[in-house]
Amino acid sequence: MEALSNLIGGFSVLGDPMNIVYMFVGIGLGVLIGVLPGLGGANGVAILLPLTFSMSPVSAIIMLSSIYWGALFGGAITSVLFNIPGEPWSVATTFDGHPMAQRGKAGEALTGAFTGSFLGAFIAVLLITFLAPVIAKFALQFGPAEFFAVYLLTFCSFVGMGRESPFKVLAAMTLGFALAAVGIDTVTGQLRMTFGSTELLRGFDFLVAVIGLFGVGEILLTMEEGLAFKGKSAKINAKVVLETWKKLPAMWVGALRSAAVGCWMGITPGGATPASFMSYGLAKRFSKNGKNFGKGELEGVVMPEVAAHAAGTSALLPMLTLGIPGSPTAAVLLGGLLIWGLQPGPLLFVEQKDFVWGLIASIYLGNIAGLIVVLTTVPLFAAILRIPFSVIAPIILVICAVGAYTVHNAGLDIAVMLIFGVVGYIFKKLDYPLAPLVLALVLGDMAESSFRQAMLVSQGNIGIFWSNPLVGSIVTLALAMLFWPLITKVKERLMGGPRPAAAE
Amino acid sequence: MAIESEKSEHTVTTRTMDIVVALLFMGVAALVMADSWRIGARWASDGPQAGYFPFYVGLIMFLASVGTLATNLFTKTPNLSNFVDREQLGSVLKVLVPTIVYVVLINFIGIYIASMIFIAFFMWWLGKYSPMVIVPVAIGVPAVLFVMFEIWFLVPLPKGPIETALGY
Repeated sequence: MEALSNLIGGFSVLGDPMNIVYMFVGIGLGVLIGVLPGLGGANGVAILLPLTFSMSPVSAIIMLSSIYWGALFGGAITSVLFNIPGEPWSVATTFDGHPMAQRGKAGEALTGAFTGSFLGAFIAVLLITFLAPVIAKFALQFGPAEFFAVYLLTFCSFVGMGRESPFKVLAAMTLGFALAAVGIDTVTGQLRMTFGSTELLRGFDFLVAVIGLFGVGEILLTMEEGLAFKGKSAKINAKVVLETWKKLPAMWVGALRSAAVGCWMGITPGGATPASFMSYGLAKRFSKNGKNFGKGELEGVVMPEVAAHAAGTSALLPMLTLGIPGSPTAAVLLGGLLIWGLQPGPLLFVEQKDFVWGLIASIYLGNIAGLIVVLTTVPLFAAILRIPFSVIAPIILVICAVGAYTVHNAGLDIAVMLIFGVVGYIFKKLDYPLAPLVLALVLGDMAESSFRQAMLVSQGNIGIFWSNPLVGSIVTLALAMLFWPLITKVKERLMGGPRPAAAE
Repeated sequence: MAIESEKSEHTVTTRTMDIVVALLFMGVAALVMADSWRIGARWASDGPQAGYFPFYVGLIMFLASVGTLATNLFTKTPNLSNFVDREQLGSVLKVLVPTIVYVVLINFIGIYIASMIFIAFFMWWLGKYSPMVIVPVAIGVPAVLFVMFEIWFLVPLPKGPIETALGY
């Protein structure tokens, strides 16, 4: 019940009317970002981060997290109306959303998507409210070895759970670590990989990398598809909304299943995108209407949205309690916390109660506000999408350049952003995952210092990672994740064929 | 990136690109390992040296890229699909090249004027808009940025001689 009283305290932080204004501004910007190609949750937040340096941390995080909620909602609009997923996690929404729009049921599909999003987020934030304080309290006893073990688990699960080739996941991830190491070593003060350049002393900022990889890279990919957008129009009125809401209660089993998938994938860094695919697949297999999936079934729109939003929201749980983000956007928010002088991790719940519970309370309100905003403004955002790409693209590129520059007031960063953009384009075409790269770039220094501290404590004995049951089981789990692709392959060989095994 | 200059949609296969990128990764990994070794990647009396962690990061990157390389070289079902169609590559370069010019321009004439030229050029070249549409957008967007950053949030953006002449 302590969580409840803390939550009420959090809502009182929101009593400040300015914070409510920031919330609506954030959601509006977020939906816009989610709708536009080339601007997504991660780089949208990264571009706007410098603007919040002058705000109080509470207001800043409320605005930035609202942008995130807005982007999660906004992705659905383009998926349904234009068959273009505004965000990777809305790809699964296009499968049934666009066919529905073609049959003139766009309003119904959008209402289903938005309500599904809201439901997923709501379940995930309930989980955060009650689980986060427990995990934080538990994590207070963590030493460097335990923290390194959790980092290891985070990164190994990318290898074990990613759809991409494990070699490519590892290569992308280590590239992130290597880029994070560039600059002055924080422990010894030595210069690492600067090759005599003073510009490299600063190292690579992950915000610049995020803007390049996700922003510029996405624009280049979109250009491949050509310049034309052809969309369906949407009419949403109260009647359509109510009609759709009447159909939703029948889907509660599937919705709970999708929310569970989403929460799990969000906490472990699987992320919203695989969660939405997985829940679509599960719904297709278990639903009575499964055979209609792909032809425009409302359930096929709702389920991936529930999972995507649950994953997107629950990605904040490990970010707040352990300082380990579950998604690139959560990583950018974490970068924000560091800039405002807040150290994410278990101590945050002790030292910055107002901040943490203000944020959690804002997730509740932000999603309610988000639902209202998107339901009422869909025609407006659909109109924005009809602006041709040859107008939108240069404006987005200008905004990306401004965002990259403002991170450090460095002109060179704009060029670095452009290089990351080309890298992002090639990586996406070759199925190198971007999320582990970004997370390694953010967490590289912290993972390294926890590793070195642990090594100092144990005098270089690797046995410290099995010195107690807790750290031992996390490290063992991490190694199992790391070698998971290998294990499954060996098992297939032994079983004599690529049969999906029923056993663990 | 070597793009062959034959007159067809074919450029390079995905497999070739995969191999090239894996080789680039191996090069980066070798660089990381070499530099880490230079500053010391072993165990000193006071704990791991500065290059200890990056060295092993480089090593993993190297081995993983060898893995990608090997799978692409020895697979029975190579991905021989086209990495990017000629026409697609053309559209991508149509954005990329002006953007490179734009980034270079920023360093000389500031971000506001460069953005005006960039947006106007883009709309004129790819969108074929009339000046009646181009001018308001090309001037409006940088103007909004100016008000937002320089005046509202007090974040200075790169400025060139023209802004200086105007007193900023």
